[in-house]
Amino acid sequence: MTVTVLKWLDDRLGLSMLRDFLSHKTVPMHRYSVFYYLGGMTLFFFLVQVCTGVLLMLYYRPSANEAFESIELLVTAVPFGWLVRSIHAWSANLMVFFAVLHMVSVYFLKAYRAPRELTWMSGVLLLFLILAFGFSGYLLPWNQLSFFATKVGTDIAGVVPVVGEWMLRFLRGGDRVTSATLSRFYGWHVAILPAITTTLLLVHLLLVQTKGMSVAPGVEEEARRRPPMKFFPHFALRDLSGWIFALGVLAALAAMLPWELGEKADAFAPAYADIRPEWYYVFMFQTLKLVPGGEVMGVEYEAIPILLFSLAGALLLFVPFLDRGRSRGWAIGGILGLAFVVAMTCWGYGTLVPLYIVFLTALLLAVFAFITRSADAR
Amino acid sequence: MEALPIPERRRFINWFLGTSMGALVASVLYPIVRYVSPPRIAEAGTAQVEAGATDDPMLREKGFKIVRFGADPVIVVRAADNDYRAFSATCTHLDCIVGFEKDRNRIWCNCHGGAYDLTGRNVGGPPPRPLTAFKVHLVPKSEGTSTLVVSKA
Repeated sequence: MTVTVLKWLDDRLGLSMLRDFLSHKTVPMHRYSVFYYLGGMTLFFFLVQVCTGVLLMLYYRPSANEAFESIELLVTAVPFGWLVRSIHAWSANLMVFFAVLHMVSVYFLKAYRAPRELTWMSGVLLLFLILAFGFSGYLLPWNQLSFFATKVGTDIAGVVPVVGEWMLRFLRGGDRVTSATLSRFYGWHVAILPAITTTLLLVHLLLVQTKGMSVAPGVEEEARRRPPMKFFPHFALRDLSGWIFALGVLAALAAMLPWELGEKADAFAPAYADIRPEWYYVFMFQTLKLVPGGEVMGVEYEAIPILLFSLAGALLLFVPFLDRGRSRGWAIGGILGLAFVVAMTCWGYGTLVPLYIVFLTALLLAVFAFITRSADAR
Repeated sequence: MEALPIPERRRFINWFLGTSMGALVASVLYPIVRYVSPPRIAEAGTAQVEAGATDDPMLREKGFKIVRFGADPVIVVRAADNDYRAFSATCTHLDCIVGFEKDRNRIWCNCHGGAYDLTGRNVGGPPPRPLTAFKVHLVPKSEGTSTLVVSKA
């Protein structure tokens, strides 16, 4: 009976093609193989965001008069509301963290070389989309922090020459951050960004499948010598173990460090002391704090770091076409860029904890590399 | 009339198809771009607002308060007895709302550390311009207290 049903489905869906594909898919094994898990981990957090996000939509009301109260209700009265919200918030942060980690590893392993330029570009765009998710989702609780973060973030868009004013009004839905802004950000967060992200994500995954895993220049010899790992079941099961572990970490974080709601936004109250954006924007925030007021040739000083950050983003996107030679310039540039980001983040928080987190991450990756090593390496 | 040679006729038709497709795309995109640009809604002009009395506890303790001036925040600072000053409370740097540090006698923005003196001049940190000043009138209310009236300078 089962066989007949499977045969019937196979004739119509071509399932055996998929099975053949999966059974032939392999993952190269070398000392950097652990980095192949990072994209999958990012994907896991994205899936968690979709599930918890849909659940949050059942209670959330996107208007300035109701948003904060609806979340208050969600975390106090709705069974497990606090859990769903906290997981959404923690998973969002971990998704950014793993997307960045994934990108950094792909950058230094030069996986963006031909023929994977488009895989890289779709990945960078996905990271920008994740940051846009973070920014738009930040406003939705309509608390003081989100209100000021949105005021500052959208005002930064207004600093851009020529199109700035249009962008500012387009983002805010008017001249000020109001309920109209909340409606817009909600639309972006739950409809427009998910649609674009899902499409681009499918393209990214399809490209990864068709082009296969990249092997870094330094480990080609090792990858030739060692037998590759079969994706199914060996690599997939390792992926799955990681996902289950990540789910446990998420639940623990959500239960022990539930995400704060803060105070309701008030357009007539000063920004509170030590107000600071989310950790992944702190390096830009700290830079903006350091630039003094003034203008040169009609361009305000604050526009200069903003334009430089945009330029860095563009460089990142087009790196496969810019890095043509065998020089170490791009690796050194990457290290300097990373050092700048970590240093500014430490300065912004006034503590070295961000640096320790970088070391801890490296240590954890080494541990996971050991745990997930293939049979031939034992 | 002599018929056009085939390749030339094809080019002509392709040009026609191309431009009509372009016109079609433009006629779809134009309303969308206009739609997403929010309309400019005229606001009722505010000339002056009452900002409470001089014995307001917030004003006495913290030395400042923020009042609504139309849709915008305005900061009223107590510089000395019977010396009240008002400025736009919107930081000229990146749009945060400023407060007042009584012990250091300066208007201060917590977002990026912008500082202004009690004439609204930007004296430290990133702000590029001074705060817009407003006028404050004291209208005697009762023994020793007055009502603060803030108006455009």
